[in-house]
Amino acid sequence: MNGILIYLLALLITAIMSPAIIQRGGRHAAWLLGLISAAGFAMFLTYAPLTASGGELFLTINWLPELYLNFSLYLDGLSLFFALLITGMGALVLVFAGKYMQPYPLKHRFFFLIILFEFAMLSLVLSGNFFTMFIFWELTSVTSFLLVGFNHEKPEARNAALQALLITVSGGLAMMAGFIMLGQAVGSLEIPELLQSGALIRNHPHYLPALLLILAGAFTKSAQFPFHFWLPGAMQAPSPVSAFLHSATMVKAGIYLLMRLSPVMGGTPEWKYVLTITGAITMLLGGYFAYSQTDFKKVLAYTTISALGILVLMLGVDTDISIKAAIIFLLVHALYKGALFMIAGLIDKSAGSRDLRKLGGLFRVMPVAAVAAIISLLSMAGLPPMIGFIGKELIYEAKIGLPDIGNFLLAAGVLTNVIMVAISLALIFNLFLGPLKYPGERPRRPALALRIGPMILASVSLVFGLFPSTVADLLLRPAITSIRPGIGTLKLALWHGFNEVLLVSFVTVAAGVTLFLLYRKVNPVLTRFNNEVITFRFADAFNKGLDFFLSLTKKKTALVQSGYQRYYLMAIFVMTSALAWYQIAYSWKAPEFIAVTPPGFYELMIVAVIAASTIYAALAKSRLAAILSLGTTGYGIALLFIIYGAIDVAITMILTETLVLVLFMAVIYHLPKFTNFSSKMSRLRDAAIALLAGGFMTGLVLKAGQINLNPKISEFYTENALSMAHGKNTVNVILVDFRALDTLGEITVLVIAAIGVTALLKLITKKGSAT
Amino acid sequence: MRSQLLQMAASRLLPVTMILSLLVFYRGHNDPGGGFIGGLMAAAGFVFYALAFDTREAEKKLRVSPLMLIASGLSIAFISTLPALFAGNPFFTGEWVSISLPFSAKLKPGTPMLFDFGVYLTVWGIMLTVIFNIMEE
Repeated sequence: MNGILIYLLALLITAIMSPAIIQRGGRHAAWLLGLISAAGFAMFLTYAPLTASGGELFLTINWLPELYLNFSLYLDGLSLFFALLITGMGALVLVFAGKYMQPYPLKHRFFFLIILFEFAMLSLVLSGNFFTMFIFWELTSVTSFLLVGFNHEKPEARNAALQALLITVSGGLAMMAGFIMLGQAVGSLEIPELLQSGALIRNHPHYLPALLLILAGAFTKSAQFPFHFWLPGAMQAPSPVSAFLHSATMVKAGIYLLMRLSPVMGGTPEWKYVLTITGAITMLLGGYFAYSQTDFKKVLAYTTISALGILVLMLGVDTDISIKAAIIFLLVHALYKGALFMIAGLIDKSAGSRDLRKLGGLFRVMPVAAVAAIISLLSMAGLPPMIGFIGKELIYEAKIGLPDIGNFLLAAGVLTNVIMVAISLALIFNLFLGPLKYPGERPRRPALALRIGPMILASVSLVFGLFPSTVADLLLRPAITSIRPGIGTLKLALWHGFNEVLLVSFVTVAAGVTLFLLYRKVNPVLTRFNNEVITFRFADAFNKGLDFFLSLTKKKTALVQSGYQRYYLMAIFVMTSALAWYQIAYSWKAPEFIAVTPPGFYELMIVAVIAASTIYAALAKSRLAAILSLGTTGYGIALLFIIYGAIDVAITMILTETLVLVLFMAVIYHLPKFTNFSSKMSRLRDAAIALLAGGFMTGLVLKAGQINLNPKISEFYTENALSMAHGKNTVNVILVDFRALDTLGEITVLVIAAIGVTALLKLITKKGSAT
Repeated sequence: MRSQLLQMAASRLLPVTMILSLLVFYRGHNDPGGGFIGGLMAAAGFVFYALAFDTREAEKKLRVSPLMLIASGLSIAFISTLPALFAGNPFFTGEWVSISLPFSAKLKPGTPMLFDFGVYLTVWGIMLTVIFNIMEE
């Protein structure tokens, strides 16, 4: 486990160093970064025998155990599967990006962000505590935001980035609330402990709210209906980002969470219905929109949505075979979709367009890339001998013979796959075969760095399809066992005899070919239909809602915030004293003065001085006199503190009084002449407010004498200050040790106030000098 | 309002106030004092200096900007909470070491002391930021 921790730290350091590496390292620097990711892949591979034999690793570093908040790492078959996916894809994407991002002036920033993302994503899947996971979950959202908005001079990119961020982060917050509920139910958020408490959670009264909140997080992240629309928008990002974040890894974080929680929260009717229905809708919707797009990247984005829908659906079905199908399809999808997004970027780079209507016959220009793309597309269509075929067959097998809505699910699944077949064929024929077509200059042969990623991924798709048992025992079975313990052996093969699954596959392919033949006729009609008839756009509706919210808060702010300090002070004083008066009057008892020791001569004298100087301050005709007498009041109060033994408070009081006085002296020349601005009415009003506030303090003090709150608190502090915190000054020990978190919060607030003062004064000075 | 007397007093008093403020900070753990009070005293010294000369002179005397004091203070306060993590204790636990000095004296520095020093710097910086800004007006 320490090896993994060290690798994570190394990855973080690599992220920080990457701008320098890219700027100083020359044209091939990205290969080095790819190599670091590949080293991670190799390292995780060495853990495969361990997890294959059912082993797991756990490491925890206490942070705030009282709040279940620890930094923990957990490695089992499932997290290893994802870790390999992330580091493997990461290596290929980094190499690809090295060439793809060459012309961008800010590419060093890009590499920092994408490696930071890789670090966050890897930490997310290796988290052994749900709060740890939440922190990295949000970090992936933030890096995704910065990467989608990487071309920040384009307003569409900024808009899409903001949208993706708002949706995934608000889902993340809901998810955190769900995690807190889990924590309260179980008393821990460590994953190994939660895996043991499935029955407890499923029978807990808070099961349903916790489930819905967590699903909100998973569904927003994994672009499920009705939150799917941020994903096509996120295609504004450069292609390496789409290949890495928005197809292979980040959008799978929601799926990962569902897989993680499946043994804990899964299997209930609520789980099954919400997941299958959401998954099925997302799957169909993604399929339909993918078929009617003309931008290569948009097609891929919608098929990704569809694939995520299939995964959620499979997890919702929640049988042995469906979980198998989910894990295998996840691998299948990452392999072909990662390759295809890189191909999309490569075509965009060399042919200058991603518009399917403007391209054709690219096989002649880029034969190697075209073969990789065709293999990947065949895998997407679910045709043999690719691994995609095995994945699709398992999905069909999972759907056949389901109770309730099983037939509907099967029909929806067949329809989606028909569309996938049609899209794959359409892409193969439109992009790579037929006469050469391109909008601008003749496309060039792409560089090796651009080709190598798709080539490797496509050959893996093919090799795994032909020899599936190589990967099944070592990687897939441990991952499946993490979700469903006690599953038997995993037998994967291209050929599994004539049965109804194969029959359904034949029907799918036949229908898919038909739909493909119709593609050229139907696609323009559908595009027009989408543009003209379906006027409702989720993304637009979201933006409108956002605008509405902003204008609402603007109005509210204008209503509440007058901008005059005197009104704020009045509001604060009146509200505080009114609320306190209500409470005091509610529980009023005649004060008992018997217990109080009678005040001595000095105390009485000081009180008299304080009272006299206060009255004088209110009546003074000169500003200087008013300030000085207020100072006298302050020092008088400090003297009282000294008499009653609160030395620390007294010193603080004297120092602040002095500083305030000095400050007044500094500005007094610049203030306008002391005149009487206020009318008689407003003076009366101020007097009333003052009486109210003063009276409430008096009432409060008298009340405080009657109530003795738990005396153990102060006793605890005085008794333990020396023994536990090695200090004799209890006040100081409370401030810097027992309640140090409060102090940290307070000084942070003070810092914010100081920054506010600076900003205000600098702003006014600037305005003043401008006029 | 440039007064020779005031300026002389201010420049002589400044080191005294600083030493005093550090003393008050140091004794804070066992006797009245501490980071907050110490920071206020340090700020008072510089405010007096700024009154006698002007804020620019005072900032020159300070060498770093008050914002820098705030930033380092807050960072020190935060960093002081971290050693507990490495010792395997919850965040914010006070960690103490005991160093024996000659003549059977003992020095007991601990993270709360460091935290208090962070408070000292932060309060000092905040007071100076606010007051210098207003005085420049």
